[in-house]
Parts: sequence; structure tokens; C-alpha cells
Amino acid sequence: MPLSFYKKPALVVYVTCGDPDLATTRAVVLSAIAAGADVIELGVPFSDPVADGPVIQRASERALKHGTCLAQVLTLAAEVRQHAQSTGLIVFSYLNPILRMGMEKFCMVARHAGVDGVLVTDLPVEEAGEYMQAMKAHDLAPVFLAAPTSPDTRVQRIAQASRGFVYAVSRTGVTGVRQKLADDARKLVRRLRRVTKLPIAVGFGISNAEQFAEVGKFADAVVVGSAIVETIERNPGREAVAVGEFVRKLTVGRLNLD
Amino acid sequence: MAALEELEREYEKAKRDAKFQRRLDELLQTYAGRPTALSFAQRLTQKLGGAKIYLKREDLLHTGAHKINNCLGQALLVERMRKRRVIAETGAGQHGVATATVCALLGFECVVYMGTEDMQRQELNVFRMRLLGAEVRGVESGSRTLKDAINEAMRDWVTNVRTTHYLLGSVLGAHPYPTMVRDFHRVIGREARAQILKAEGKLPAAVIACVGGGSNAIGIFTEFLKDEKVRLIGVEAGGRGEGLGEHAARFRGGSPGVLQGTYSYVLQDSAGQIANTHSVSAGLDYPSIGPEHAALRDAGRAEYVPASDAEALEATTLLARTEGIIPALESAHAVAEVVKRVPKMKKSDVVLVNISGRGDKDIGILRENLRLD
Repeated sequence: MPLSFYKKPALVVYVTCGDPDLATTRAVVLSAIAAGADVIELGVPFSDPVADGPVIQRASERALKHGTCLAQVLTLAAEVRQHAQSTGLIVFSYLNPILRMGMEKFCMVARHAGVDGVLVTDLPVEEAGEYMQAMKAHDLAPVFLAAPTSPDTRVQRIAQASRGFVYAVSRTGVTGVRQKLADDARKLVRRLRRVTKLPIAVGFGISNAEQFAEVGKFADAVVVGSAIVETIERNPGREAVAVGEFVRKLTVGRLNLD
Repeated sequence: MAALEELEREYEKAKRDAKFQRRLDELLQTYAGRPTALSFAQRLTQKLGGAKIYLKREDLLHTGAHKINNCLGQALLVERMRKRRVIAETGAGQHGVATATVCALLGFECVVYMGTEDMQRQELNVFRMRLLGAEVRGVESGSRTLKDAINEAMRDWVTNVRTTHYLLGSVLGAHPYPTMVRDFHRVIGREARAQILKAEGKLPAAVIACVGGGSNAIGIFTEFLKDEKVRLIGVEAGGRGEGLGEHAARFRGGSPGVLQGTYSYVLQDSAGQIANTHSVSAGLDYPSIGPEHAALRDAGRAEYVPASDAEALEATTLLARTEGIIPALESAHAVAEVVKRVPKMKKSDVVLVNISGRGDKDIGILRENLRLD
């Protein structure tokens, strides 16, 4: 399965699909992969992105303006898979679009498209029984979010339920770029290491090469989302090129353990 | 999740704590003005010529609506959790005003999120909140109404969860909110049931309440759940049409889905995006409904009907002129259902209507729509 983390740290890139349109998203994703992204999170735009800060909110609004939907994101996943066999593909969604499509149908189509894993932002592990069964039946990796405020028992449960990797949220709050990364992330990764051998990806707020390297010292993978989406927003007409440049700058000096 | 678990634990402890209950009861009596009156609507009954109509007067409470019941309850929990900062969402502004009020009373910092569309149409309540010392933050995203205010409050909460309590104002959101908020409003039905038994010597044939998230309705319904002959009728916002986006009647146009941590009926499109809603009343203008209402409806214990903007406006004038009571536009939806239903009922029947709030806050909208001057 392509959810492998050979590089130290691996780079997980998030994009909001359909921002500004699906063809651009496809070009951006392929450009990010060529520049060194190891896993792509294909974000499904949602009308009520409660876990997201202003950058991804704006991207979602732009994507929804022309009706980007989950089915289209899965088609996009299949296209990306054709061009990139060894890149990890994660569908990153709120729960309602998946429920609306139907959990079974979603899993089937996603697997068929070559998706490796799924992260549902607003589905806590405590409520995820049915979802996890469906994921397992279709050989998809459920990825759950652990937060600095999660108590040990919950951290353990999240680690046990996750496949592929565990997503450690670097701080309390919504997605978005931050100047300074809190100590929270390091502590949370330490707590996760005690209960799991899965790779740990740290995300929320990481936007530059310095932060990437800093987090890379203690995490297996680093997720960059809002900074990518912001790059897309600021470079109309040359989104893919700009994201490629950004990714190369971010990962400069990274060790390749492949 | 950790904060929800903390809240649940604290609430379960408080429920069993006689001191907490005493303090809450005392505040409800000496500060909020409970028990509220049950008024026989004599002239409205005569005019409609059917069942006898009784009004549960939550509009007489301090701050002008039932919302204060829940705010006082949660505020006492905030004290127990030793938090000092309270955030809330508001649609019509009634919950925001009630939250700002209890924060002033107990000395908490208070931030209220409100869609900018609602800020415009409920201007008076925005000023009241500010006067009470709360910071009102306008929400520009999405439809700029209640749903978006909840999104923004949730974002604030996950960011500041260690110091902040989210004082959610309806029977919505993740557990334990729907249960807890219901419990704090059960006092409405408890009082009303005893009052109507005293006045009429029998139970009402129907209990009618408006349903946005559904807190006032669940508050008056719960005490009657076991009385199987009492019909429970929730009135949703029928808005200005039947198309998606023109109303907030979740049981007419909605389907099961998840919004803001609640699995319930949701107005959504075929791709699972949440639909915009419309209602003349900001407090009913929300695309989902409290999950317990969904359960009551699926079990056939309660029924839900829409009332349109026009019907609600007409009912407002009617109640004002027959009873001297200006209801909130939300509550006017319940009155609109009374107008439709009561003439078909027996004169010996009794109907109980929850007047969940008063209409002072709506004067601007009423003036625009009724053109009396």
C-alpha cells in the first residue's frame, strides 16, 4: 500500500478539490507529487467546515460555487492514481457528503479509484463502529485525529482504530497557518508513540521549511494544508507551478531513506 | 471530545446535587420570574370558535423568552467547571441576550456569534447584548444566519476549549447538549401541565409549539410524553415557498444527515451539502432540527407541520389584537397553527400553546411587513 513513509519526514499535502476547479486541482496534485509530496489528502469541500479556518473555508466556498461534489473528487482520485502509483491518496471529508452517497457505495468507489485511506473530520472514533467495518471490508485505512486535549485513554483508542498512520493535531483549534508551533505537538507525539507503532503525521499550522524540519525531528510525516491552499489562492493561473515551487522549498534538505 | 465528556460528567454530578438544583430553582424564581403564567385566551377562543386556548407565557420571563431557563442552568455549570469565558451563538438574538445576561449576573466574559444577516434584522438585540457587556462578533460566512454562527462558535470552542464554555442555546449539537438543554427547559411543561389541570381539571387535547432547533417545544412536550392522548404538534418555518432554500421545514424537505455533530433530519442537496434556509423569523431559520424531535416524529409520538411567513405575520397581529400579547415571530408560528387547527376541534377540548418569547425584538420586521403607519 502506498501509505509508506520512506522519507524523513514524509510530506502530506492537503488540497480542497475543485478550488478553483477540478482540472486545476489535478494539475496542482501532480505538481506537488513531482516536487516531493508523498501523500495527498483530497479535501471534499463542505458547506459547513466547522474544523477549518478562514483559508480552507474560502477554498470550500469557491469549490462549491460550481458544485464540486464527492463523486467528482473520487473520479479525480482515480485520475491521479493513474499518474502516480506510489503516492498515498487519502480522501479528507466531513461526514455528511459520505452519508448522502451511502457508506458502502462510497467505500466501493473509493477503493476502485485507488484511494488508500479516509479521514472524516467530524466523525469521532467513539461513533465510528459502522464506518470502521466498512473501511475494513473494502481495505481502506481509516485515519483518525488525535488532539493535544485528548486524554490518554482516547489517544489509545484513536491509535488502535487508525490504519496507515495517525494524524496528530499540533494544537487546539481549527486549520490554518501559525507563526509559532506549540509544544503541544511534541508532547502528543510522545504520548502516541507509547501506544502505537503506526507512523505519526503532525498537522495544523505548518507553513514553512523551518517548521517542516522542526516537526520532522519528532514526527514521521508533516501535513501541510492551509499554506498550500493559500498558495493556490494567491497564484491564479499558475497554481500548479506555484505549489510545485512551494513544495520544493518546504522539503529542501530532507533526507531520502528510500 | 474531552470537553464534551467533562461537561457530561459535570452535568450528571450537578443533576444529583441538591444544592445545585436549589440554586437554579431560586434563580429561576427570583431572577428569571418563574413560574410563568398560564393565560386563558378568551377572545382568541371566541374568535376561532373551537377548542379553548391556553397560552403558556414564556414571553413574560426576564430577557423576553424561554432561553433564560437553559442559560441559568449552564451558567451554574460554568461556575462548577471553574471556567471564566462563555461563548454562544444566536439567531434571533434571544439566546444571545439571555447568555449575555447570565454572564453579567455571574461575572463571566461573554462572546456571542451572530450571522450578519441576523444582526441586521435583529438590531435591537445586538444592542442589548452590547449593553450587557457582551462582545457580539458578526459572522460573514455561508448564509450569515444561525447555522453559520454555530460553526463559528464551534471553531472558537475547539481553539479555546481549555478556558471556555460553549453555552449552546438549543437542543442541538453533540451529546450532552440536546439532553441537557431539554432538561433545563422541562420546567415549562412541568408548570404548564399542573396549571392546566388546575384550570380545566383535564389534560389538553393538543400541545403546540414552534420548532427551530426545538428547545421550547421539547421543554413543553417532555412532561406530556406519557399522556398518550395529548397530541404534540411542532410548527416549523414554512418560509415563503416549498423549494429548497425557501423554508426551514426539515420534516417536509429534509432527510437524515449529520450537521454540527448531530444526526437528524437535515435540509441538504443531493451531494450532501447543507442547504440554505429562509424564514421571516431568525430563530427558526436553521437547516436541522434537534435529534429528539426526529425520534419523536419517527416514533409517531409528535407531529410536525409548517407555517408560512405570511401566516406567522397574520397570527402576530391576531394575537396582539385579541389578547394584547405581541408574540415573537417564532412563537407566532405556533399561533398560526392554532388558527388552522382549533376551529376544527370540539368546544370542550383544550389546547395549550407555548408562547416562547415576546415580539419586541421583531418590531423592525413587523413594521416593514405589516405597514400599519
